[in-house]
Amino acid sequence: MADYDVDTLMSVASDVVERAKRAGADVAEVALEESAHLSAKVRLGEPELVEEAGSRALGLRVMRGQQVAVTHTSDLSADGLERLIQDALELAELAQADPCAGPPDSALLSRPEQHADLDLFDPDMNRLDAKQALAMAKRAEDAALKVDSRLVNSEGASVSRWAGVSVLVTSGGFCGASRDTYTSISVSPVGAEPDGKKRVGSYWSARRHLADLLDPEEVGVIAAQRTLDKLGARKVPTQEVPVIFDPDAGRSILGLLAGCITGGAVWRRASYLADREHSQIGSELLTVVDDPLLPRAPGSRPFDGEGLLSRRHVVVERGKLNMFLLDTYSARKLGRESTGNASRGESGGVGCSPTNFYMEPGDITPEALLASTDRALYVTSMMGSGFTAITGDFSRGASGFWIEGGQRAYPVEEVTISQNLDNMLKGIDCVANNLDRRTSVTAPTFRIAHMTVAGS
Amino acid sequence: MLTNSRYQAPFAAGGTNAIDHATAERLLAAALSRGGDYADLFFEYHASGSYALDEGILKSAGRSVGMGLGVRVMKGDATGYAYVQELSPEVMLGAAHTAAQIAAGGGSERPVPFATPTVSARYQAQSLTLEAPGVDKRELLLRADRAARAADPRVSRVEASFSEELREILVASSTGQFVHDRQPLMRFFVRVIAESEGKRQSGSSGGGGRMGFEYFESHSPESHAQEAVRHALVMLDAQDSPAGEMDVVLAAGDSGILLHEAVGHGLEADFNRKGTSNYTDKIGQQVASELCTVVDDATLAGSRGAINVDDEGHVPTATTLIENGVLVGYMHDRHSAKHFKTKPSGNGRRESFQAYPMPRMTNTLLMAGPHEPGEIIASVKRGVYATKFGGGQVDISNGNFVFSLTEGYLIEDGKLTAPLKGVNLIGNGPEVMGRVTMLGNDLKTSDGIWTCGKDGQSVPVGVGCPTMKIAGMTVGGTQAG
Repeated sequence: MADYDVDTLMSVASDVVERAKRAGADVAEVALEESAHLSAKVRLGEPELVEEAGSRALGLRVMRGQQVAVTHTSDLSADGLERLIQDALELAELAQADPCAGPPDSALLSRPEQHADLDLFDPDMNRLDAKQALAMAKRAEDAALKVDSRLVNSEGASVSRWAGVSVLVTSGGFCGASRDTYTSISVSPVGAEPDGKKRVGSYWSARRHLADLLDPEEVGVIAAQRTLDKLGARKVPTQEVPVIFDPDAGRSILGLLAGCITGGAVWRRASYLADREHSQIGSELLTVVDDPLLPRAPGSRPFDGEGLLSRRHVVVERGKLNMFLLDTYSARKLGRESTGNASRGESGGVGCSPTNFYMEPGDITPEALLASTDRALYVTSMMGSGFTAITGDFSRGASGFWIEGGQRAYPVEEVTISQNLDNMLKGIDCVANNLDRRTSVTAPTFRIAHMTVAGS
Repeated sequence: MLTNSRYQAPFAAGGTNAIDHATAERLLAAALSRGGDYADLFFEYHASGSYALDEGILKSAGRSVGMGLGVRVMKGDATGYAYVQELSPEVMLGAAHTAAQIAAGGGSERPVPFATPTVSARYQAQSLTLEAPGVDKRELLLRADRAARAADPRVSRVEASFSEELREILVASSTGQFVHDRQPLMRFFVRVIAESEGKRQSGSSGGGGRMGFEYFESHSPESHAQEAVRHALVMLDAQDSPAGEMDVVLAAGDSGILLHEAVGHGLEADFNRKGTSNYTDKIGQQVASELCTVVDDATLAGSRGAINVDDEGHVPTATTLIENGVLVGYMHDRHSAKHFKTKPSGNGRRESFQAYPMPRMTNTLLMAGPHEPGEIIASVKRGVYATKFGGGQVDISNGNFVFSLTEGYLIEDGKLTAPLKGVNLIGNGPEVMGRVTMLGNDLKTSDGIWTCGKDGQSVPVGVGCPTMKIAGMTVGGTQAG
C-alpha cells in the first residue's frame, strides 16, 4: 500500500499544481501524504485489537488574486482530482480578497539540498508485525500487573507504529519531501481501593525509531507505579500553596504558552500576550526554545508547511518574550517576516504551530526540587480545558500528591488549581533537569510559587 | 429523502459502484474465512464544506471529499480491523483478508441472510446546504458580522464560521444487517472580541444540527451575533471566582454537559463489560438523587446527536439509563450487548470508516423536575450560577469529572450578582448526582455545538437538562477563603 515512492507522489502533486494553474489559479500548492499504520492492543493477556491500514490524502490550496480556497480528497482517481481542482477554483471565486493573502516570497523558499537529514525515518519500522506488537504489549501489561496485588484490572496495553511519506509542491517553485516514522507503547493498569473504588494510571514511551523505544517491561513497571501512587487519594482543603508540575502535567502549561504566542492568536489579539513582545512574561528561570532541527525528535521537520527552512528560536529568554512564532500570513498581518512556523493541515489549509517547543531544563534533580519544598501540591495529571487565552485565566482539575517537609505525604485528587497564566509563569521559582523528549511540547519538572487549590 | 444530489456515495443503491447483497456476502465470507465469529462492513462517504469569515470578509472557503471501507472481524473479545480508501473488488477483498487474521482457526460462522430494518427519518433536511450556492452561506456569515458590529461599539473583532457535511453510510454484517443512511450535519458559529478600558474578552454563540437552512428560520445569524456580543460584554465586567465547596445552580440546556461527563461516559457499556467503570455492577442501585431520570435519546428530530441507525446497523431509540435515581441500563454496542445478554441499544458509533465502533452517547438528557427555575436560584445563600461551558472531561475509573465555565455568576442571598471568570467545577459523578436537591420544570436541549471525544474518536452529540441545584460542589476559582 504505502510504498514510500517519493517520485510518484511528487509527480502526482506537480501535475495537480500545473492543472490548477491552467484552470485559472494564480497560486497552487499541493500537499500529498501516504502512510501505513499498525496498532495492536492486549487486555488482561489476551489480544483485543489488531488494526492495519494505509491511507492517502491530498490537500490543495489555491489563490486567485488574493482570494483563497482549500480542498481535500482521498480520491486520487482522474475524476477525483479534476473535481478537487474545479471545487477549489469555484470556492476561490466565492472568497473575498484578503490583502495579506499570498504565498511566501519565492526568494525565501528552501531548496531540497538545504534540507537537513534529521533521522526522522526508521527504515526497519514496518518490520514490526502484528504478532510482535501483540507480544510487546503483553510483556508490558504482564510486567505492570505483576508489580502489586492491588492492580486488579487493566485498560490494556497498546503498541503502534506509523510510517508516512509526504511531499509539498508549490507553484512558487518549492518542492520538498519528508519521511517520518513513529512508534509507541502504552499501558494502563487499574488499581482498586479496599472500598472498591478504582484508579487508573498509565505510562507510555514514543519514539521515531523502534530501537529507541523503552523496554515493554520498563514501561509496565512505571505505569504500575503511577497507578499505585493514586491509591488512597483524597481532597485537600481550599488554600494557596506552591504547585509542582511533573513533565506529564507540565507539558500542557507549555502548550498554553505556545498557543498564546503563535500566529493567529497574536494578530487577532486573542491572546493576553498580544502586546507583550520584548517584555518580561515569566520568571528569570523561564527560557523556552522552539527547535525543529533536533535529530529524532517528535516535532522535528527540515522545512515548514510553506517550504521555508526550519530554524531554531529562543522564544523566551530568562523570562523575556523575544518573539512570536509566525507563518507568512500572520507575519504580514504584523508587518514582519515568517519565522518558519507554518504548518499545513490535512485539509489543505495553512496555519501556524510550534515544533519542538520546550522549557530549558535547570540544574537540580526533580528529587532535589521536591526535597527543597516545604509544603506544596505536586501535580501528576490534569483534567479539563479551563483556559481563556485572551485573559490568561487558568483553572483545571488536578491530581497528584501532597508534599509535606520535602516528602510525599499522601495522594490528592478531585481538586482544582487556578491562577492567571501570567502570574503562573512569573511565579516559576525552581526548574529541574529532567527534560522529557516524548512529546514535541514539553517541560521538565518545575514549581510555581503559589496557586489557588480548591478542594473541600 | 434527499435525491439527485451532487454528493452521492458511489457504493449506495443506484451509485456508480453500488454494493449489492452478493458483493457484501462475498466480502463477509472472506472476513470470516479464518474462523471469526462476527464480521461487518462499514462503507462511508463523507463530503464537507467550511466557510470562515474574519475581519469582515469571507477569508477562506474549503471542501473535503473522502470515502472508504472498514472491515471488522471479531473472535470472542478480540477485534481485527482493516480499512481501505479504494473500493475496487481486489482492494476490498484484501481488507477483508487482513481483518480476518485476528481469528486463527475455530469453527466458521455462516452469515445470516440480509434484512434491512425500518429506518425512521429523524433528519428531514429540506435541502442539503452542501448543494446550495456558496453565496447563500457567505451572506449568512456577513449578516452575523454586520449584526455583531452594529450591536456595540466595544466589539473589536468578529469571526463567524459555517460548516456542513454529509455522511453517507452502508453497513452490512454477518448477523444480517444491511442498512443505508444519509446523515446531514451543519454548524454555525460566531465569536467576537470586545475591548474596553484596556480589558479584552471574547464571547461566542453557535448552533446547528442535522438540518438545512431551515435552521436559520428559528436561529438567525443576527441572534447568534447578538448573543456572542452579550456574552463578551458581560465577561468584560467579570471578577475572579471564589474557590471552594459551595452550592451550584446549573442553567437549563448546555449544563447537560455535566450529565454527559458525570454519568454518561461511565454508563457506556464497554467500560462496564471490562469492569473499569465506577458504575460497574451497580444496576438496580441508587446512583443519583430520586429527582434524576437520565435518558439517551437518538430520536430528537434534526438534533446534532440524532441518528436513524448506528454505525453497526442497529436502530436506536430513547434508552433510559437512570430512573428516579436508580441505575436501570447501559448504552450498548453489539459487543457489549452480547456480553450482557441484552439487545444492542443502537449506541455503536464510530468517527469514520477508519475506526471501529464503541458504545457512544447520542443526546443525553436529564428529564424535568418539579421546581420553578426562579425558586431554585432564590434558595441559594452563596454559590455559583453556571450558564455557558467550554467543555469537560471524566476519569471513567472513579467518576471524577471536571467542566469549565465560560459564563457564570455569583449567587448571593438568592440573587445573581457579579459575573465570574476562570471558573472550573470538579466533582465525583455519583456524589454530585446524589446532591441534586432541586430540579427545574424547564428541560432544554443544547443547540447543536457539542462534539464528544473517546479513545481519539470524535462524534457529534447533544445534551440537555432543566435548571438544577447541586448542594455542595467544588468550585475552582482563584479567591480562596
